[in-house]
Amino acid sequence: MWTFVHKLSSPPYFYGLAARMAPWFAGAGLLPIGYGTVAGLFFAPPDYQQGDAFRIIYVHVPAAYLSMLAYIVMAATAGIGLIWRMKLAHAVAAAAAPLGAWFTFLALMTGSIWGRPMWGTWWEWGDPRLTSELILLFLYFGYMALRAAIDDPTRADRASAVLALVGAVNVPIIHFSVEWWSSLHQGPTLVREGGPAIEPAMMWPLLAMIFGFSLLFGALLLSRVRTEVLFRERRARWVRKLVYPEETA
Amino acid sequence: MEFLSMGGYGAYVWTAYALTFAVVILCLAQGRRRHRRVFNDLRARFRAAAERGK
Repeated sequence: MWTFVHKLSSPPYFYGLAARMAPWFAGAGLLPIGYGTVAGLFFAPPDYQQGDAFRIIYVHVPAAYLSMLAYIVMAATAGIGLIWRMKLAHAVAAAAAPLGAWFTFLALMTGSIWGRPMWGTWWEWGDPRLTSELILLFLYFGYMALRAAIDDPTRADRASAVLALVGAVNVPIIHFSVEWWSSLHQGPTLVREGGPAIEPAMMWPLLAMIFGFSLLFGALLLSRVRTEVLFRERRARWVRKLVYPEETA
Repeated sequence: MEFLSMGGYGAYVWTAYALTFAVVILCLAQGRRRHRRVFNDLRARFRAAAERGK
């Protein structure tokens, strides 16, 4: 196990492995996404209260889930980088941020599009779920802006890692916001006391979408970490050999 | 064509799906483009350095 972790943290090994793994993650993700999209749009029965509008759940929930998962990945790897001074961990954190921001944007937009016909409004200022998710977007922006503002990469890694860790308190706040305070947002569907509150014909496409989007997120993350590693290691011999092989040939 | 209307919610449902897939495709394309740009920039830099050294 530790030898594998050690090997994985070697930049040239990781760079090659990420290149081989990313297409598999993407391909494996597309299958459940294909099933989830078709089944969610056409085969799942309409909701008894929301009619066909509930079908937005199949893109909204995966986006919202990944917006938080990306933050957990970012904060955890930033913390690992801070404690063990592992450069690869910082590279993962830096790569996760823009992806997390995109999924947060998607969660907010699809939520708003869902809210308009159901709640009669695109947005409600002060709603705990909506506000905490918006704060998540600003945390990602703040993290990326802080990184961009510091020239020294080691200092940028550390300062942004502290920000990522402090901001992590927002993640459980988002999750429990609908239980702690009254919100326009509906309560949890899958992860709740007493089991999922959803019919199997509606649930399977949702689980497939969450699983498929997670794999796709894995592919996107691997690809971004790879670029990050290449740039960070630009003074290393293996990078020079890789991008400019004629020199040594 | 009935499924397009989604019981009157068609505009909302289809917009949400189109936006989601557009962003995912954008993320995939952005990742590839970034990698190619960094790779080519480094290559150009190393080549310039090697030619200066000759």
